[in-house]
Amino acid sequence: MSVHEPAPHDSALLHVTGAARYTDDIPAPAGCLHLAFGLSPVARGRLAALDLGPVRAAPGVVAALAHGDLRRPADVAPVAHDEPLLCDGAIHYLGQPLFVVAATSHRAARRAARLARVEAEEEAPVLTIDDALAAGWRFEEGPRIWQKGDPDAALATAPRRVRGRLEIGGQEHFYLEGQAALAIPGDDGMEVHCSTQHPSEIQHKVADALGLPSAAVRVVVRRMGGGFGGKESQGNHLAVACAVMAEATGRPCRMRYDRDDDMTITGKRHDFRIDYDAGFDAEGRLLAMEVVQYARCGWSQDLSLAVCDRAMLHADNAYLVPHARIVSHRLRTNTQSATAFRGFGGPQGMLGTERLIQHAAHALGLDPGAVRRLNFYPPATGGERSGPGTGTRLRAVHSPALDRSTPYGMEVEDFILHEMTDALLASSDFADRQRAVREWNSGNPVLKRGLAWSPVKFGISFTLSHLNQAGALVHVYRDGSVLLNHGGTEMGQGLHRKVSQVAAARLGIPLDRVRIAATDTARVPNTSATAASSGADLNGMAVQAAADAIRERMARHLAALHQARAEEVVFADGTVRVGADAMSWEEAVDACYLGRVSLSATGFYATPGLEWDRVRGRGRPFFYFAYGCAATEVVLDTLTGESRILRADILHDCGASLNPALDIGQIEGGYVQGAGWLTTEELVWDAKGRLRTHAPATYKIPAFSDRPAIFNVRLWDAANRAETVYRSKAVGEPPLMLGISAFLALSEACAACGPHWPDLQAPATPEAILRAVARARGA
Amino acid sequence: MRIGFLLNGERVEADAPPTRTLLDWLREERGLTGTKEGCNEGDCGACTVLVTDERGARALNACILFLPQLRGKAVRTVEGIAGPEGALHPVQRAMVDHHGSQCGFCTPGFVVAMAAAHLNGDCDHDAALAGNLCRCTGYAPILRAAEAAAAEPVPDWMRDRPNPDDAPPAGSGGAFLPRSADELAAWYADHPDATLIAGATDVGLWVTKGLRDLPEVAFLSGARDLARIEERDGRLWFGAGATMTEVLEAVRDRFPSWAALIGRYGSAQVRNAATIGGNVANGSPIGDNPPVLLALGARLHLRRGEERRVLPVEDFFLDYGRQDRRPGEFLEGIDVPLSAPGLRVWKVSKRWDQDISAVCGAFDIRVEDGRVVRVRTGFGGMAATPRRARALEAALEGRPWDEATVEAAVPALAEDFRPIDDMRASAAYRLEVAGNLLRRYLHESRGAAVSVRAVRP
Ligand SMILES: Cc1cc2nc3c(=O)[nH]c(=O)nc-3n(C[C@H](O)[C@H](O)[C@H](O)COP(=O)(O)OP(=O)(O)OC[C@H]3O[C@@H](n4cnc5c(N)ncnc54)[C@H](O)[C@@H]3O)c2cc1C
Ligand code: FES
Ligand code: FES
Repeated sequence: MSVHEPAPHDSALLHVTGAARYTDDIPAPAGCLHLAFGLSPVARGRLAALDLGPVRAAPGVVAALAHGDLRRPADVAPVAHDEPLLCDGAIHYLGQPLFVVAATSHRAARRAARLARVEAEEEAPVLTIDDALAAGWRFEEGPRIWQKGDPDAALATAPRRVRGRLEIGGQEHFYLEGQAALAIPGDDGMEVHCSTQHPSEIQHKVADALGLPSAAVRVVVRRMGGGFGGKESQGNHLAVACAVMAEATGRPCRMRYDRDDDMTITGKRHDFRIDYDAGFDAEGRLLAMEVVQYARCGWSQDLSLAVCDRAMLHADNAYLVPHARIVSHRLRTNTQSATAFRGFGGPQGMLGTERLIQHAAHALGLDPGAVRRLNFYPPATGGERSGPGTGTRLRAVHSPALDRSTPYGMEVEDFILHEMTDALLASSDFADRQRAVREWNSGNPVLKRGLAWSPVKFGISFTLSHLNQAGALVHVYRDGSVLLNHGGTEMGQGLHRKVSQVAAARLGIPLDRVRIAATDTARVPNTSATAASSGADLNGMAVQAAADAIRERMARHLAALHQARAEEVVFADGTVRVGADAMSWEEAVDACYLGRVSLSATGFYATPGLEWDRVRGRGRPFFYFAYGCAATEVVLDTLTGESRILRADILHDCGASLNPALDIGQIEGGYVQGAGWLTTEELVWDAKGRLRTHAPATYKIPAFSDRPAIFNVRLWDAANRAETVYRSKAVGEPPLMLGISAFLALSEACAACGPHWPDLQAPATPEAILRAVARARGA
Repeated sequence: MRIGFLLNGERVEADAPPTRTLLDWLREERGLTGTKEGCNEGDCGACTVLVTDERGARALNACILFLPQLRGKAVRTVEGIAGPEGALHPVQRAMVDHHGSQCGFCTPGFVVAMAAAHLNGDCDHDAALAGNLCRCTGYAPILRAAEAAAAEPVPDWMRDRPNPDDAPPAGSGGAFLPRSADELAAWYADHPDATLIAGATDVGLWVTKGLRDLPEVAFLSGARDLARIEERDGRLWFGAGATMTEVLEAVRDRFPSWAALIGRYGSAQVRNAATIGGNVANGSPIGDNPPVLLALGARLHLRRGEERRVLPVEDFFLDYGRQDRRPGEFLEGIDVPLSAPGLRVWKVSKRWDQDISAVCGAFDIRVEDGRVVRVRTGFGGMAATPRRARALEAALEGRPWDEATVEAAVPALAEDFRPIDDMRASAAYRLEVAGNLLRRYLHESRGAAVSVRAVRP
């Protein structure tokens, strides 16, 4: 059967030969214009004057539009309608698009965009978390506060208190393919090709900007060169600009951001400050905690409310907290509007708590791993037993009175980290290596090693419950080939491959009979963004429903022909069997066609059982949890703060994996991306609000040799207890948070330099590490 | 201007302005969109192409490669890596088999860089692929693919045989392509306002990021006598046009510490283009060779027309953006002593590979009978120009080589340097690390492990 097989990515052959086409590779239609934005040179103020004369006079320029030149006001915000396409007078950040220019070449447009005479009445920008708190700039009326139990009382009586603060830097997506769009005006409206995770939103935004019904706008995306959340809303600008300019000039328009523009204009992962205050008993049992999260959201709301909700939702990570208060401040600043990024706030929330536990272990003189385990949620009850070959469940204490509730009131029923942690610690030889590291450190004055493991429990589902739906459209052609359409987009995660495996399995045909079509709003409408790790869960189910509908129709017809019951018709291995008769899939299809059976079907899926009150912070926002754990060993240099990941061991839960090769790819990539976020990737803004790290020359994602020198990744591979597609689990986001173990290991290595708490801040750049080493030594 | 070269085995002639990049030309004129733009500044490798000439085959970044640099050479893009009948190259096959692509956008660049290393029998994958960024895979499957392909034979079609004499003459049109240092000297003396382009790893960015027009340019890469590396008059001579790859080979045994530094200079693609002359002539305060050259007491050989002068390297860097180079004068070569066993140089940056130094410190310390008898240093990232730390040198010279001397000397760095805060590091960090590099020297000389990269997992 095609599911659970390690089939290669659907486009692997196209990738390696250079034949895979991305948005900017689509041949330019005749007369195509190229667009570029002119950007604000200041972070805050009023646009007093904008003279586009020199822009329009530049060689190759065909048109230039400012806000006032637009036929209708165009907005590009995903939620709040608070992002005018072009500056409407108020300047909100340095890099904000002020105008758009169309020219006969990309280069001509970029050159012309620098020629405008911009006069801005500059005001002092609000840039940092402290600035925003002082100015009272926030989204929503005040902080969101969720509570479980009575944290104040529990903190007051706790034998041990641990308080601290962690600053967590943001992260640039650095999708290798920058943002790109192409709009082609036609008889029936506007056709848009865009590198986006959210074609339906592009459709709505373009329709709104042009004053057209959605039905007159078609958005197509075959593939993206990486997304990571950065193409959930950040492509709106380009697509809407292209459409508006195409309408204004009557010519096709395309736009791609130069990398520096991309990094200067688009939003990134939110940076956070997390203040924690926790009470423990002497054994390290967590009695209560208060976590205050400050998120720097940038100038507009974008997806920040949901991101900050998810940060709150992951403040427990894998730990049962009897009394908890989680406070979230969503702060507005004159910087890029922070947006979705793999994990969507979850990583920040989780890191804050992992840090809290590590700090407590240090303060209490306990092994951090022991403190982690002591505070795990109780093991799963009932349901299927978890873990390949484990046979028995460990610590099978399940009295119904056991508290297993999260701070937001959802019961954690599928907790498998006890068994997974046992397996990881054994396979990574953790205890022996911990001893070896201690010994090594005592013999090395300059270099210090550190070893740490950390767990991940990540909630799966969009927290905006209505987004948990998906559609598909499957066609079976008369020659037996199958064309697959669904609402999910392909950004490298292998979604199309997984979904095609589902279709092939349902129809009992070889994988190569299933063709994948570009994601197209004309084929599947009203789709959600491919986000929240939900792509395969939702679209896989929708495709399954569509394929099943066709299969059932075929079975009914073939059964009738053979005087059998429909249940007796079996589709497998490219053959259809009806009782003792067998025919090839192609013959079966042809017979159904001649029998006038519809060979095309839509499928639809909505995740069951979700109910969630985000304001009160109560309910069941998630269908299930995905789990993972990682152990990382690092070495650092106490003279320079340079560091390196020596080894990473990972055990990750993808349920019954739909495709183990693709899932391992997501885990390896997610880990390295997460480790990069917390080590080399540092975003730096100057006092004027200019992002100084706006290109790969200055913003350093992990390079080839930064991968762990030893890198062991294994799948837990036990069926999901929830009824997901073939009992698999979502895998897109959770592995990113395995990278937290690298940060914790660095912190351990810093702690090996002296008796004091090193208080390492994120990202752990060489400079941050050197400071932490000094703190550990009491300097 | 018209430039002839081989493209995926076929003779082509490009007719374009001299500062048109190969990447733009491939994508916009030839419809060869397999070669990707990821950054347009040489830092991601998505645009990697294979270029073969009489010096061999190497990977280069097409985004900062101007068409005239290709005259008479052979270029292979990802579209030319598979065989004529579509047979996959071993690295392509391995990338499919090992799931080496996810979004696939970095993949063409990886495939070409891997094919280049495979062609040259180079199995140091960390070195060969440091310049190719991938945001999806975490690199593990790409390494597996590279290892799997290593044993496979090189397909015939990969061996391009360009004939430099075959190339149609480069038409004029604002660019001069000298064949020798003499030709360059004569022409440049008459055209002192022209821009010299060697590897274009700086100048390329003036065009792709600065969007500058360069009205008159000369491309130095055709002047092969400008690229010689040889012993001359008891010193080691580097022609200004020697690439960093060539310099790396030449210093590997003589100056292992310098070689290790060059191993982290840019990436294979950058080292294959960048020249030592360009790295000095641009006067950058953060160039990696100048600190070494300062510590070694290098001499620069400058030439205008037939007029030549020799300058100690420290006298060349006058101030930020200002060097002692006269109109019409160019750098012909650099010489250094034949050996310097006491030379150690370290670069400290946020990322190990392909990053710019926050601090680069070079020390040539000669210890006899437990005393420092001679010391020269060179620092990058500490001031507006690369500079020696003379106060530090004075504090070391003549003293016993021990911890007390080092501790007493380190504070002198604050007299030598007042570094700045920027996105790479704070001033305080730079100063502290500069001193710590001297401490590292001492630790290392006593046998302690000092490199995180040398630690075995
Ligand atoms: C991705 C990337 C990574 C990099 N990494 C590093 C790094 O790790 N370390 C580092 O030090 N640098 C690095 N650089 C900077 C760059 O590689 C160097 O400065 C390089 O040595 C310049 O040499 P070039 O031959 O490419 O010079 P070009 O760009 O051709 O020229 C640079 C300047 O020198 C002048 N020039 C060139 N040759 C001569 C000559 N013979 N006489 C007089 N003037 C001349 C040119 O007119 C120009 O002003 C990097 C650059 C890139 C793009
Ligand atoms: S496009 Fe990034 S190196 Fe050329
Ligand atoms: S596969 Fe996406 S960047 Fe490498």
